[in-house]
Amino acid sequence: MLNHLLSGDLPRSRVLALMLVLILAGLLLTPFIFPGAKALNVAAKICIFIVLVSSFDLLLGYTGIVSFAHTMFFGIGAYGIAIALTRFGPTWKGVAVGVVAALGVSLVLSLLIGLFSLRVKAMFYAMITLAVASAFMTMASQFSEFTGGEDGLSFKVPELLTPGFSLREAPFLGVSLDGKLITFYLLIAVTVVLFLVMLRIVNSPFGRVLQAIRENEFRAEALGYRTVSYRTSSNVLSAMFATLAGTLLALWLRYNGPDTSLSFEIMVDLLLMVVIGGMGTLYGSVVGAALFIVAQNYLQDLMKLAGNASAGIPLLRDLVHPDRWLLWLGILFILSVYRFPAGIVGNLRLSAWRKRTQAPKEG
Amino acid sequence: MSEPLLKLEGVHTHIGAYHILHGVDLQVAQGELTVLLGRNGAGKTTTLRTIMGLWQASQGTIHFEGADIAARPTPEIAQAGIAYVPENMGIFSDLTVAENFILAARGSRRIEDMDAERLEWVFGLFPAMKRFWQHPAGLLSGGQKQMLAVARAIVEPRKLLLIDEPSKGLAPAIIQNMIVAFRELKRTDTTILLVEQNFNFARQLGDQVAVMDGGRVVHAGTMADLAGDEALQQSLLGLSLAAHQ
Amino acid sequence: MTTPSETAAVQAPEALPVVHPDRLPLLLVPALALLALPFVGSFSTWVTLTFAGLAMGMIIFIIASGLTLVFGLMDVLNFGHGVFITLGAFMATSVLGLMTAWTVSGSLLLNLVAVLAAMLVAMTVAGGVGVAYERLIIRPVYGQPLKQILITMGGMIVGEELIKVIWGPQARPLLLPTAFQGSILMGDAAVEKYRIIAVILGLLVFAAMTWVLSRTKAGLLIRAGVQDREMVESLGYRIRRLFIGVFIVGSALAGLGGVMWGLYQQSVIPQLGSQVNVLLFIVIIIGGMGSVTGCFIGALLVGLLGNYTGFLAPKVALFSNILLMVIVLLWRPEGLFSLGKK
Repeated sequence: MLNHLLSGDLPRSRVLALMLVLILAGLLLTPFIFPGAKALNVAAKICIFIVLVSSFDLLLGYTGIVSFAHTMFFGIGAYGIAIALTRFGPTWKGVAVGVVAALGVSLVLSLLIGLFSLRVKAMFYAMITLAVASAFMTMASQFSEFTGGEDGLSFKVPELLTPGFSLREAPFLGVSLDGKLITFYLLIAVTVVLFLVMLRIVNSPFGRVLQAIRENEFRAEALGYRTVSYRTSSNVLSAMFATLAGTLLALWLRYNGPDTSLSFEIMVDLLLMVVIGGMGTLYGSVVGAALFIVAQNYLQDLMKLAGNASAGIPLLRDLVHPDRWLLWLGILFILSVYRFPAGIVGNLRLSAWRKRTQAPKEG
Repeated sequence: MSEPLLKLEGVHTHIGAYHILHGVDLQVAQGELTVLLGRNGAGKTTTLRTIMGLWQASQGTIHFEGADIAARPTPEIAQAGIAYVPENMGIFSDLTVAENFILAARGSRRIEDMDAERLEWVFGLFPAMKRFWQHPAGLLSGGQKQMLAVARAIVEPRKLLLIDEPSKGLAPAIIQNMIVAFRELKRTDTTILLVEQNFNFARQLGDQVAVMDGGRVVHAGTMADLAGDEALQQSLLGLSLAAHQ
Repeated sequence: MTTPSETAAVQAPEALPVVHPDRLPLLLVPALALLALPFVGSFSTWVTLTFAGLAMGMIIFIIASGLTLVFGLMDVLNFGHGVFITLGAFMATSVLGLMTAWTVSGSLLLNLVAVLAAMLVAMTVAGGVGVAYERLIIRPVYGQPLKQILITMGGMIVGEELIKVIWGPQARPLLLPTAFQGSILMGDAAVEKYRIIAVILGLLVFAAMTWVLSRTKAGLLIRAGVQDREMVESLGYRIRRLFIGVFIVGSALAGLGGVMWGLYQQSVIPQLGSQVNVLLFIVIIIGGMGSVTGCFIGALLVGLLGNYTGFLAPKVALFSNILLMVIVLLWRPEGLFSLGKK
């Protein structure tokens, strides 16, 4: 049953399995064990980024394509919801229209970019997507009557999802059963479903071909696979899932603006998450997203302590300043790209595999 | 017999996942022209590239003047005195003929520094070079490019020339010009390892011959012996001719 | 190449096709400028805009030239190139900050010395950091494009953060010395002095680069290496050394460009480099990856178009570069000057 759900792609490492269970349990229990809005927001962000990072890994890790336009599709999803709900009011029809329209736009755009530039070298593609993404961001902040410009759009969501909605008067285990909570659990459910679908995709024959192309494009072509169409399909799929992640973000925040979903900082975060977690395994995206977002929200507190402790020492003080946390993650990123390209998950799996293969000889 | 100038022993080369050379043994004697024959995919070009260090031998030794050069980087191998004319000729098409020459003349910084006498000798072999001296090399015809490629290899004296299929795709008249040039080179006691598919061309020039198949040298001997032995030609090269026509 | 012309081209009657080097792209810059004239309407405004565009283009060229050569020579695309721009600009704020007495004195000579000192220090430091960057960031992942993109992007992130550690996260002013401020009148058109200086400096750099690439052996080797790296090595030259040299010069030029950019904007922010990066990529794609002349033309086109559209239709200006890139690529898929790499 579990094997079937996970498409035969089991964690294959006890530590990893434990981590995944902890992450899932932590997310499910957040409202009950970590009270307060901040914890709930962090947990929701983890869910959204699990989808987003996994979709990015589909492209980077499984297909070997570096795209800097991934947040563009994330943004399209978020704007789809934001614009539709602003125009149609807080109805489920608005949500549906937003999701469908966003998916449509992403489909066309990713197809165009893919056909236009996936034939060329990896670096060309990276550059072109960077340029397109920056143009898209400018566009979003310029067409303000439509997108709300720099200020973005605040909107109402269907009543079921609003904090004002209440399922039951009395709180349950000290937690009030309001629309926010419903949204949260819906979010987790959708995340789990989307993740499992992606897991199914990468473990399907289609996913195997993608990996074959990544390993040796020339050979895959010689075997008769039309690599361009496979890579384009992967590009489109990845864009679709990113768009869905964007719709989740907008529904959760009830707001969207350029900095929330389109900014280059998010792109950088994505890169860090996917590489630190482990490229080419979707579990890596889960671990990467969870660790990174927790670090983002709580490492700064830790650095504040370090900062206070080193307040008297000039350079050290600046190096451990809470705003400089990206510096340390950046260094970690570089080190992991060339020392541990398999990331946390890859290394966990490798050591588990070693243990398994050595055990019979020793025992 | 004295130690050969170049000696390959048990050379294996892998390119990516593919195993191309399976233990090549080959000797090139000082002052002789050795022809490397064999059909497409036999490993001739790979042998030259491995000698040049453009592909690393995974096993075996390559001795040049007694020193093992198998692990050295390409520029050092070139500096040891080996010149290479690749199959694609390696012409710098953006540069003029003169600029192509100056890059081949490691000892000179400018045209004026080049040995004028030597230059005249090269011009004598390939008059087109003098004629198109200031023209971009990219505008030369295929035959002229091939001449430029060979001329570049001899613009300064080198101990060993590795030349990959100089007759490929050339018109008969130009091939004749090329044969004359190679004869002159032989007269100056230059050692040459020539990859060739055109047996006719090879027969007119070769002192020694080595035939490759499946990543190994399957026959080595004098050109005279091979040229005089129809049966041997048939057994070694019949395949090659059949595969080509 | 200097050569006794007696030996050259004595008789070249037959066999050679007509020489027609590709000059068409060279006409694009004047064509664009002339095309813009009727739209802008007023001649004096047009002169002002053209100078602004040329100045901007020259600065972009100085920054991007190293990037395109480094790519051409070794297929290395440095996503962290922007760091050197920012570094140069911030070095200039420090140097000029120390020399305030000289920059505010009305003396042209003192002003000039101060600016030259700032440029020299910026180039030296950027070049020096380039040595370390090449060793630590580029070399370990040489020949692995995917890792290279990721690591150089990581270099960008870390570099920007380090700049924030040293100079702080805020914008820092970078004021022009007194003698370079203000404009001069050309007919009715007011042209800022600094823009003229930037144009002259850009032309000087382009001329110097062209001279090195066509008249020195190192330059010829670079051009040859861009075409066929293996052959350069087979002729006995260590292309690694050449590459390191080009990388250092490219980094130093980015530093110089950073100083000029900062002086143009009169202030510097740590995000300068990552913001300019996109523009640089567009320019080198337009020019044809690896071509210095293409980069020069691409940079001028981007600079001019940005200024014309900024005046005529500010909203379009934000996309003019992308539009330009798409049009050029539809015309010539490999950029203005394709290098016919093997």
